[in-house]
Amino acid sequence: MIVAERKPFDEIKAMLAGYGKVFILGCDTCVSVCMAGGRKEVGLLASQLRMSFKKDGSDVVIDEDTVERQCNKEYMELVLNKLKDYQVVVSMACGAGVQLLADLTEPQQVLPGVNTRFIGMTPKDGNWVERCRACGDCVLGETAGICPITVCAKGILNGPCGGTDHGKCEVDKDKDCAWTLIHARLDKMGKLDNIKKIFPPRKHGVKTHPASQVHEVYKGE
Amino acid sequence: MAASFKDTLKSGEFIVTAEVGPPKGTDIGEMKQHIELLKDKVHGINMTDNQSSVMRLSSLVGCHIIKELGGVPILQMTGRDRNRMALQSDLISAAVLGIDTVLCLTGDHMTLGDHKDAKPVHDLESVQILKAVRTLESGKDLGGNPLKGAPSFCAGAVVTPEADPIAPQLLKFEKKIRAGAEFFQTQAVYDLDNFKRFMDYAAKFEVKILAGIVLLVSAGMAKFMNKNVAGIFVPDALVREMESVAKKEQLQKGIEIAGRMIRTLKEQSIGHGVHIMAIGKEAVIPEILQVAGLL
Repeated sequence: MIVAERKPFDEIKAMLAGYGKVFILGCDTCVSVCMAGGRKEVGLLASQLRMSFKKDGSDVVIDEDTVERQCNKEYMELVLNKLKDYQVVVSMACGAGVQLLADLTEPQQVLPGVNTRFIGMTPKDGNWVERCRACGDCVLGETAGICPITVCAKGILNGPCGGTDHGKCEVDKDKDCAWTLIHARLDKMGKLDNIKKIFPPRKHGVKTHPASQVHEVYKGE
Repeated sequence: MAASFKDTLKSGEFIVTAEVGPPKGTDIGEMKQHIELLKDKVHGINMTDNQSSVMRLSSLVGCHIIKELGGVPILQMTGRDRNRMALQSDLISAAVLGIDTVLCLTGDHMTLGDHKDAKPVHDLESVQILKAVRTLESGKDLGGNPLKGAPSFCAGAVVTPEADPIAPQLLKFEKKIRAGAEFFQTQAVYDLDNFKRFMDYAAKFEVKILAGIVLLVSAGMAKFMNKNVAGIFVPDALVREMESVAKKEQLQKGIEIAGRMIRTLKEQSIGHGVHIMAIGKEAVIPEILQVAGLL
């Protein structure tokens, strides 16, 4: 899933300076799971803002709602009418959601309420770790299900760099060296041959940004 | 004229190389002094490439100056700051300048240095840079396009004999050899018994291995490296030896230890030579060589 973290309260409040009618729109998919921009967090932010503006003596209107998925037009169409009455919409979705919202509400001001960080998983409650860089050329089948592009700080392909030490990364001693993990797991699997070959340089040309794809069935539409 | 590094590797001599760090800034006075001091005493001088992710004069220009002063340059190239376009461009540029020996490295991570917010490149790592060198020699670039004039290099790489765990390190070492490495300069070694074990394993490969000798300038430095530097292990006995003298005499003790290790390696034919890294204290390298009996 996509992992995000809410922007600091003061930053959000500062972005809203001068607006009298604010809508906060949450997203109940990824950012809800990582407790950054789901229904609960939207409610919390809205209350915080109301209290803070009230304390300042300003009568800013803060309203809120949360859609199932902000990156999907069908779900967004359910709330678009409602948003028209507001000067600004704070999107609590990932960067993709913020952009679809801005496309659909142009020329309305849309502001991001979270910082989108990575594609990751949840090793334990309240913890998320990056596990995929969406590189478009997956090597997990050869590397024992551990991604060297993501888990290695340098994203290198032919084994550990000289900075690895006792299985840890030179960038952060609390982080594991991806290549030490890969080597150990392949050893257990009896498949070290997988990584004895020399991996060629990555094909960055397969994915220029912004990437896009169309399902076979929808081609030509 | 000094022998090319490739010829030195073939000569069977005990090989000595030393590292010189380029300055951060345009004042190359001290760097030139170090080159002048070393050029006739060692077989090759490595010029580091934004070492430790600290921005400096480029290794290519540093190597050009070594060449101008009559030394044998070893161009260090990491993949941290340049993508495959820039690396290949610098490689053919080096060849045009007569710089024909290159040491291929992955490079320390950007966050370890003095430009922590810079974007790290890592388009190619050490093995792939070695392959790039060999590809250019074949008259083509990594895009498969023909070159108008192909370079010819003596290519080397790095290995860490003290790595723990050692198996992933050795897997990569063997890949580097398959990718075309002709020589290795190792990370610092202090435990010569361990280095001998590594050499016993490495003897089956047709490559020259120069033991990394990092000058200990103080007991504190030895302890610091043991705690903080990947792949470096200074045995307790050496730490105690450094501590056995007053602080102001510890540099001298470090010179004595480095010289003694080199002498032992040579006398016992462990490895094929040494690569001396006297980080910031290049001026004392001749003294180390004297203690080692090489001057």
